[in-house]
Order: sequence, then C-alpha cells, then structure tokens
Amino acid sequence: MPFFTPGDHPGASFAELLKRVGIDPFQKHLTESSAQVHFPHATTCVALRFADGVVMAGDRRATSGNVISHRSMEKVVSADKFSGVAIAGTAGPAMEMIKLFQLQLEHYEKVEGQLLSLEGKANQLSMMVRGNLPAAMQGLVVVPIFAGYDLQKGFGRLWDYDPTGGRYEEREFVATGSGSVHAGAVIKVGWRTSMPQDAAVRLALKSLWEAADSDSATGGPDTLRGIYPIVASITANGWERIDDSTLSQLVEELIAEHQERNQEV
Amino acid sequence: MSMPFYVAPEQIMKDRADYARKGIARGKALIAIQYSAGIAIVAENPSNTLRKISEIYDRIAFAGVGKYNEFDQLRVSGVRAADLKGYQYSRIDVDARSLANQYAQILGQIFTHEMKPLEVEILVAEVADEPSNDQLFHIFYDGTVLDERKFCVLGGDSDAIYSRMKESPLMAQLDTAKLADVVQLCRNALSGPDRQLPVEECEIAVLNRTGDRRAFTRLDDAEVNALVQI
Repeated sequence: MPFFTPGDHPGASFAELLKRVGIDPFQKHLTESSAQVHFPHATTCVALRFADGVVMAGDRRATSGNVISHRSMEKVVSADKFSGVAIAGTAGPAMEMIKLFQLQLEHYEKVEGQLLSLEGKANQLSMMVRGNLPAAMQGLVVVPIFAGYDLQKGFGRLWDYDPTGGRYEEREFVATGSGSVHAGAVIKVGWRTSMPQDAAVRLALKSLWEAADSDSATGGPDTLRGIYPIVASITANGWERIDDSTLSQLVEELIAEHQERNQEV
Repeated sequence: MSMPFYVAPEQIMKDRADYARKGIARGKALIAIQYSAGIAIVAENPSNTLRKISEIYDRIAFAGVGKYNEFDQLRVSGVRAADLKGYQYSRIDVDARSLANQYAQILGQIFTHEMKPLEVEILVAEVADEPSNDQLFHIFYDGTVLDERKFCVLGGDSDAIYSRMKESPLMAQLDTAKLADVVQLCRNALSGPDRQLPVEECEIAVLNRTGDRRAFTRLDDAEVNALVQI
C-alpha cells in the first residue's frame, strides 16, 4: 500500500501516483522505424449538441494498413457518469489513454470526495494527449474528442483536441478520424439549434454512414453480424447508450431512404 | 551522556494502547450491518462535509473513527492501493481481504515503531453476490484484524452499542431485513436509552448487492429523512 507523508503525496492525480510507484504508461522508447509498421488504427467518431445534452457516436472498425483488423471495437466510451470520450488514432495507445482517463476521473472523485468539473475533465484529457506527444511524433497519433453534460452550467459541452494536446471547445459538433471530413459535412448541413435527441441520434448515424460510404477505414453498420455503431447520449440523467435494436431500426430507415432516393433517378 | 530510564516493553505497549484507546473512545461510533440488499454503514457524524464513510473501490467501502486526519490518510492510501492494483491486474483482483491486511501492516508498524500510535479504528467492507460471502474487516489501532459477521461496531462506547444491537430481535432475520429497519436499529443503538440521535447527524452509506459496477451509494439528507420516517 503506497503510504506517503503529508506534503509529499501525489494528491488526486492517478498519473502522478503511477509515476511515483515507477509505472510509465506511455511508451517513450520507440525506434525510428515504428512509424513504418502498421499498427491497428481506429477511425471516425463524432459528437454533437442537442437540446438536453450531447450525442456521441463512433464506428466499430479498426484497420492496419489495408487490412480490417477488428470489426467491433468500442471507441466511444463513457469516461464517467456525465461525460464520454471518443478516440481516433493508433488503437493501442488510444485504448490505454481511455483506460487511464476513466481511472483518473474515478480516482479523483474518490480521493477528493466529489466529481471533477467538466472543464477540469477536459483539461485532464488534454494533458494526457500532450503526454503522448513523443509517440505521436513517431506516428502513433491519438486524437480524442470529449463531451459531457456540465452539471454546474446545465447544458452539454464538447471539445476537440489536436495531437499536441491543444483543446478547443466547439458549440455545435466535432468530428475526428479519417472519415471526419465526410461525417462533419453531413452534421454541418443537418445540425439545428436545440434539436431533439432522436433527431441528433439520426444525424450522428447518418454522418457515420456517409463517412463509411466514402472512407475505406470507416466501417458502416454490419447487419450481417449485428454490429452497429456505438451511439450514446449524455444528459442531466447521465450517460445512456442507445441500444442495438433501436439502431437497427434507424439503419433500416436510412437504407429505405437511400433506396427511395435512387429509385427516383 | 545520561542513561535513559529502563521501561519494560510491556509497559511501553500498554501505555501506547491506553493512549490510542483514549483517543478512539472520545470519537463517535459507527455501525456496519448486513441486510437483504447489501451492507449498510451508519455513523454518528455531526459534520456534513468531513466524512467517516467512503468508497474505496467497486464493491469495497471504508469507514473510520477516531482522529479524522489519521483515518483520512489511511482512506486515501486505500484508494491508491486499490486503483493501482486494478490498473495493473484486473478490477476483479481488488479485494477487501488484501486491503485489510495492508492496513493491518501499516497500523501495526506505526504502533510498534513510531512515537505515537494512530488513534483510529477502521472498517473495510466488501459486498458480494451472496450475503454469506460479504466481508467486514474490523482493524484496530495496533494492527489487530477481526473478520466480523453480520455487523460490527467501531468507536467510543462500542461495547454498550454492541450489546444493544445483539438484543434486537431483528438480528435473527437480517437476511430479509429492509434498509429502513436496519437503519432504525443502528440509529437506536447509537443513540442509547437517554437520547435520540438527530437525523442530520446520521451519515449513512450503502454497498448495494445489485450487480452495478460501483456498489457504493451515499444517502443524502432527503433520503435519510425518508428512511427514518417510514
């Protein structure tokens, strides 16, 4: 059991605690050639604001070069009850970062006896991305988006990051990953102020559909295997994942819409 | 150089134990008890912000009586140890028994080697899928560990509170007891015959047997009021 003297303890920071006990979660000793090896990559994730909070969504595909290395990856996860994180980039460090981030929030909550503010959570993630910068310089880039419900302010907020840890709050939506141009364009056209939740979920799903349609690294809904994108809403009631039966229904509607559009040609 | 007076080791240990016991006896008591849906922990605590009961890990709670700064330091160490172990291995590898042993090591070490023993008594509780697998570890100022069943009492006047608990007919049917019943029982036992413990001085937390990852729930004032009114 780590027992520190007062004035010499790592406080509520889990990352600092890891350092103090000699564990370094980020690999800093990569060789020059590591960028040439194909590591699995995770791709498109989006988040958008709606009337009662935010909706987050991400596809399930991971690719290594031109190979699909994983079909059911979960890149959108809850960070704690009132926030979520979605990650695009090299899957290994990205998943490690998510795990560390979730732990950090819970660790803070338990040590301090209260939740970290949403702004504080966004800042924590920023520091983690910055910690990964040496690896990012060698090609192992991790680019998250962070969204949550701000309990103090009473509305949903979302943040975009760059590989250096730069943190940018957005008012409408964010998209990250290889399909982000396509997904972002769909949301940009369809987004309305204070849209209801079901419209936001539809729009998120549609944006991933279009991204998968144009970007080979983004996976579309896999009806054959029953694998659907991960879509979740975060409101004053907390994180809630939209279940697969609802998503399959929405995907069918999306398919019907496309078929109808094509018949008219 | 002056020679220090010889003091027998028995005397040193006795003095330290008396000192620690005196400190703990000044503090207010708390009770942990098993009931149908988990483990309830009820503490007498006039403060609404300085907590005696808190979460350590998914199914593990901590409670301490005595000197606040000392048991709070132990609490934070427990959170650190649990989070580190869960990070390095797996969440299911974090258990109350191992934490209790580590606490016992620290308390024992400080009791024998430091100037002053810690004036605390702590509890590490873990809720399991079955009531028979629940764990209540009661750890004393000198590192003694007791593995208690059904309930345990920590803090000042604990013998009297213990016998008041024992006398209750509810003790025979804890497996089916409701939260409101055990809370009432604990409150009466903490109060004693001469007074009624005010609701706002009851700190209550529960480890739920529901299967949610984080079993620990702290009851707020409104919830405590609702429970006591039933």
